[in-house]
Amino acid sequence: METTLNIAVGILLDGLAYGMILFIISVGLSVTMGLMGFVNLAHGAFAMAGGYVTVSVMSGFGVPFLAALPIAFVVVGAASVVFERLLYAPLYRAGELDQVLLTIGLVFMAIAAFTFFYGPAPKPIRVPDALSGSVDLGFRTLAAYRLFMVAVGAVMVTVLWFGFERTSLGAKIRAAVDNRRMAQSVGIDVDRLFTLTFAIGSGLAALGGGLAINIMGLTPTFAIQYLVFFLIVVAVGGPGSIKGTVVAALVLGITDNAGKYLYPDGGAFFIYAATIAILIAKPAGLYGRE
Amino acid sequence: MAASEPAVGTDAAAGFLLQRHRWHPAEALPWLIAIAAFFVFPGHLALGTQVLIWILFALSLDLVLGYAGIVTLGHAAFFGTGAYAAGLLSAKLGWGEPLTGLAFAGVCAAVVGLVSGWILLRYRGLTLLMLTLATTIMLYELGNARADITGGFDGLTGIAITPLLGAFQYDLYGRTNYLYALAVLFTLFLAARRIVYSPFGQAIIGIRENVRRMSAIGSPVHRRLVTIYTVSAAIAGIAGGLYAQSNSFVTLGALSFERSATVLIILILGGTGRLYGAFIGAVVFLLLEDHLAKLSPAFWEFGVGLVLVLTVLFARRGLLGLFEDSGRSIARLWR
Repeated sequence: METTLNIAVGILLDGLAYGMILFIISVGLSVTMGLMGFVNLAHGAFAMAGGYVTVSVMSGFGVPFLAALPIAFVVVGAASVVFERLLYAPLYRAGELDQVLLTIGLVFMAIAAFTFFYGPAPKPIRVPDALSGSVDLGFRTLAAYRLFMVAVGAVMVTVLWFGFERTSLGAKIRAAVDNRRMAQSVGIDVDRLFTLTFAIGSGLAALGGGLAINIMGLTPTFAIQYLVFFLIVVAVGGPGSIKGTVVAALVLGITDNAGKYLYPDGGAFFIYAATIAILIAKPAGLYGRE
Repeated sequence: MAASEPAVGTDAAAGFLLQRHRWHPAEALPWLIAIAAFFVFPGHLALGTQVLIWILFALSLDLVLGYAGIVTLGHAAFFGTGAYAAGLLSAKLGWGEPLTGLAFAGVCAAVVGLVSGWILLRYRGLTLLMLTLATTIMLYELGNARADITGGFDGLTGIAITPLLGAFQYDLYGRTNYLYALAVLFTLFLAARRIVYSPFGQAIIGIRENVRRMSAIGSPVHRRLVTIYTVSAAIAGIAGGLYAQSNSFVTLGALSFERSATVLIILILGGTGRLYGAFIGAVVFLLLEDHLAKLSPAFWEFGVGLVLVLTVLFARRGLLGLFEDSGRSIARLWR
């Protein structure tokens, strides 16, 4: 009984930590998709870029882990504006096929470029000693990094919820997601709003990419390996809905993790089956607007 | 006089359609090249067979993507179903006759296409993209979970094919394989060509251009989309069956997202909605891959991505569109 409980707590914590990463990476994708309906398959590439920036500034300049994460946020967020203005903006009015093709092309280029500069082998990361050990809670020990992830995730959810619900920028974004034309006609510059949101979303993906290295690893194929999961979180949660992204990311993180422990052969199969069932029943996602 | 005017209009419309349907002399070119390649490059027929299979697969995607405008990220589901159907028929059930094997592959893929299409084609946009993607990955995971049947990542081995029509042995150089694939491609190309120029094909194009208007004039949109999706799935399944038979080997790669993405890239590169785009795209892509991917995989991948980005931004109609445009500007200069 004791061991069963221990295993259950372990699975739950690992799943929660994994779900928090999925949330941090996917939330930007969800908001930009809700805002412009732009199908951005290159979102995982921004997360991967964040991972490599984190590793590079840590090994190249001796920046500590916790300071490297904000650097990744800023660098990737700023770089994403260039991509958004040059490549994404011409395709806002185009069909989803063009958007899919453009962003698949970007994913291929990103994978090749990072393979060229960093090699195909996984990049290790050294997290601070305080985060790499385990925490003794008296009745059992837990991996410190997973607890750290859950805490970071909880803070991010709170910050994003506050930003989305209680600030003027958040109100503008919500207005534009609800009805772009109406938002434009009351004087919101939706194009600029989108650029800003895109930058923040890509920065968050980069932050998530840096946080993910210790749990999911970092290779140049990261951009495509987890892409389907980010897309599932967005589509199932409902594009443009923070609440939906939180729920979908946590459920997916915990289910996938539990499946890997308890039913390693066919666990993934049920995740996709459940995704299809949910999308058939609710095409706009759990919390999306029909 | 007034009464005869609509009749003239109808004749003109029929004449226009018939004219489009008529064979253009240039359409003999790909087939002549394919036959010439058989004699000129006897040492590269294995690659040639793969090119023919990719052409067939891309052609099937052109029917749904280029003509019906259904954006799918999961076309490998049908290719993989066909490949495993033909492979398992021979490896597990011991039935090695190639033509019935192909038919079986086509039927199995068509069933998957009919069922999934009937459910999924009610949706559009991101939801449809995700549903096609998730369906393919689900099949992939199913194949992975039942590795005892499919062979999993190690692949399905033991596929043995009896001589074609009881007379033509499959030789070491792949001569029979090449001609067999070419004959299958030609037959199915004729069928696809007939479909897209038929009234049904025109209705499909109408749905691509404007779904609401087609619904408004009473066209059974959903039924037509499911029909073309099923036909396309059958052709993709036959391509998969050819793949299994010619390689005597199937891995989970046949069902992978990478394969769905590659066939999409091949079709976009050649040009969508024009049947021959699949030919140009597959030949250019696979010949370049054969040469460049060995030199440097990273540069090859970067190049594929770059070409895709440039195609979307500047040459949306693919290589065939570029040929047409340059041909037109040369003709204008001439005049």
